[in-house]
Amino acid sequence: MTDGLHTPADLYRRMRLIRGFEELALRLVKSGEIVGGIHPYIGEEAVAVGVCAALADHDLITSTHRGHGHVLAKGSDPSRMLAELAGRETGLNRGRGGSMHAADVAVGILGANAIVGAAAPIAVGAAWAAQRSGSGKVVATFFGDGGLNQGVLLEALNLAALWQLPVLFVCENNGYATTMPTATGVAGNAVGRAEAFGIPAVTVDGMDVEVVRDAAVLAADRARRAEGPALIEAMTYRFGPHHTMEFRIRLSYRTQEEIDEWRRRDPLDIQGGRIAAGQRARLDAEIAEILAEAERFALASPRPDPAGALDYLYASGMVARGGVA
Amino acid sequence: MAELTYRQAIAAALAQEMARDERVVLLGEDVASGGVFKTTTGLRERFGPDRVWNTPISEQAIAGAAMGAAMAGLRPVAEIMFSDFYATCWDQVANEIPKVRYMTGGQLSMPLVLRGANGSGGLGFGSQHGQSVENWAMCVPGIKIASPATPAEAFGLLAAAIRDNDPVIVFEHKALYSRKEQCPDDEHVIPLGRAAVVRPGRDCTLVALSITVGICLAAADELATHGIEAEVIDLRTLVPLDAAAVLASVARTSRLVVVEENPGQLGWGASIAAIAAQEAFYDLTAPVIRISGGNVPLPVAASLEAEVDVSVPRVVAGVRALLGQLRQSTG
Ligand SMILES: Cc1ncc(C[n+]2csc(CCOP(=O)(O)OP(=O)(O)O)c2C)c(N)n1
Ligand SMILES: [Mg+2]
Repeated sequence: MTDGLHTPADLYRRMRLIRGFEELALRLVKSGEIVGGIHPYIGEEAVAVGVCAALADHDLITSTHRGHGHVLAKGSDPSRMLAELAGRETGLNRGRGGSMHAADVAVGILGANAIVGAAAPIAVGAAWAAQRSGSGKVVATFFGDGGLNQGVLLEALNLAALWQLPVLFVCENNGYATTMPTATGVAGNAVGRAEAFGIPAVTVDGMDVEVVRDAAVLAADRARRAEGPALIEAMTYRFGPHHTMEFRIRLSYRTQEEIDEWRRRDPLDIQGGRIAAGQRARLDAEIAEILAEAERFALASPRPDPAGALDYLYASGMVARGGVA
Repeated sequence: MAELTYRQAIAAALAQEMARDERVVLLGEDVASGGVFKTTTGLRERFGPDRVWNTPISEQAIAGAAMGAAMAGLRPVAEIMFSDFYATCWDQVANEIPKVRYMTGGQLSMPLVLRGANGSGGLGFGSQHGQSVENWAMCVPGIKIASPATPAEAFGLLAAAIRDNDPVIVFEHKALYSRKEQCPDDEHVIPLGRAAVVRPGRDCTLVALSITVGICLAAADELATHGIEAEVIDLRTLVPLDAAAVLASVARTSRLVVVEENPGQLGWGASIAAIAAQEAFYDLTAPVIRISGGNVPLPVAASLEAEVDVSVPRVVAGVRALLGQLRQSTG
């Protein structure tokens, strides 16, 4: 299990970290410290934390454009993650990746991916390597309901099923792909698509971290027993905008009533209700302190030296000719 | 020395590298049965099903899985049967594979090879199986590009590509697969980024790649009968690009003709011409000429294909016009 995701309080604490991180990041987007904006994960915390609670430290994940939750759930340092969003040299990716590309190989994060659906075959390839080496590693790959409609995902499901690879396909069905309701974008459903490949699949309440965790444990155990891939569709909801651009460009595609309805099932409250009030307050205070430190660290960190703009492209150190080739 | 065809040289290089490093694995359509161009013959039998994987017709999954496997410690060689099909996995080729190392701040490298059949060569494969597409890849920083012109180069460049820690696309020319040549027996590796002067000459420099190397050599023979000594440079790789070899040659000959099989519209020859314009302007005594494939989808009818493909007569005519022997018409 990822360090610190054992008890109900651990699960709550990690979700609280993600929620607080996103609130802080939103503030830094507004203040201009984070450029390019973010896709906030607020409302969906139970999915990332539930899945990562079923993974071992050495297991791998791939993430999405809405990836901060996955990265923090798998165990990245929030200070370095925030520094990455703020474009600092101390960021996870030395400021070269940003919000949609955070990677942290040391804790098994092969990277977020800004191309919808594109991480799935990468997870399949990593699982293929894991299977060959007998390492027993499992790879979880997150994608949205919108990702279901990328052909690459179907290619990846097929290959994972054919080769019986240890992949956990996690569909975060938050009801919308940007503004398009899932029902108008997905013919059939996620489970049916997986089952068409012979991949066992289940739909779960994505607002309850323990429910997600239990489903992920079953799937991960199967994968570890070399019984092949599985798909989990977690029904969830994003409380905030698709992207922070929505603060400036108003998009109308859902009602306030609908948002309020889902907010009544806030995953933090569901899990928070399982621990004592005093403990919850203590954990909240602890997280606030961690995030205050993350903000201090990120904003005090240096920006990358412009002289290094071409660094890290080629392992061989090759530098392409200026201007032409 | 052993005489090998270009396709046998590819299989031999794969075998050499697989024997040398067990992290090298193959995947692709039909590779387990030796491949439709017979470039993986015998490898499944020798190295077993664990290292030679047939995939379904899923180019995105092939390139994507190669990428994930490279992240997780393997050194995959993925076959994309025809290089035209890079368009079906262009996300992996343009957005994913070349960007991982940079975007992750050097956390992950991409030691993988994509390889397959490229080019026209007058075989009548048509618009979707006959293109030369090195220039597609050359638009994307982060990928290296090798295009062997001979069996020995096919061997040596592929071996170097597999050993390289960066992603390399090896464009094999399908019209060269049955070409035969003596290839060195021992570990034969040609470093990426080193062009070869394959024929010296004092009157003009012909810069060529893959199939156009042979075309330029034949054209140089014919030009010699007209009293023109053409120097032929085989670039071998486009990234890294051995611009120094081109510039040194132009300094000797003062004339530059770039011969590429792909359409001229933003072909790689444009980059060579631009480098010469910037860095060899005062060495040049004539305009830089580009001879390239036609700016059309590749037609099948032999009469039409011959019209748009690069050919020996077109190179000869272009060079003679440049040297004032003919009215200029380079097509
Ligand atoms: C291939 C591709 N097409 C379009 C986009 C633009 N885009 C970014 S996120 C998004 C919506 C994705 O919806 P979903 O997969 O449900 O994830 P969610 O945003 O709901 O978390 C779109 C269309 C993209 N990044 N990649
Ligand atoms: Mg969605």
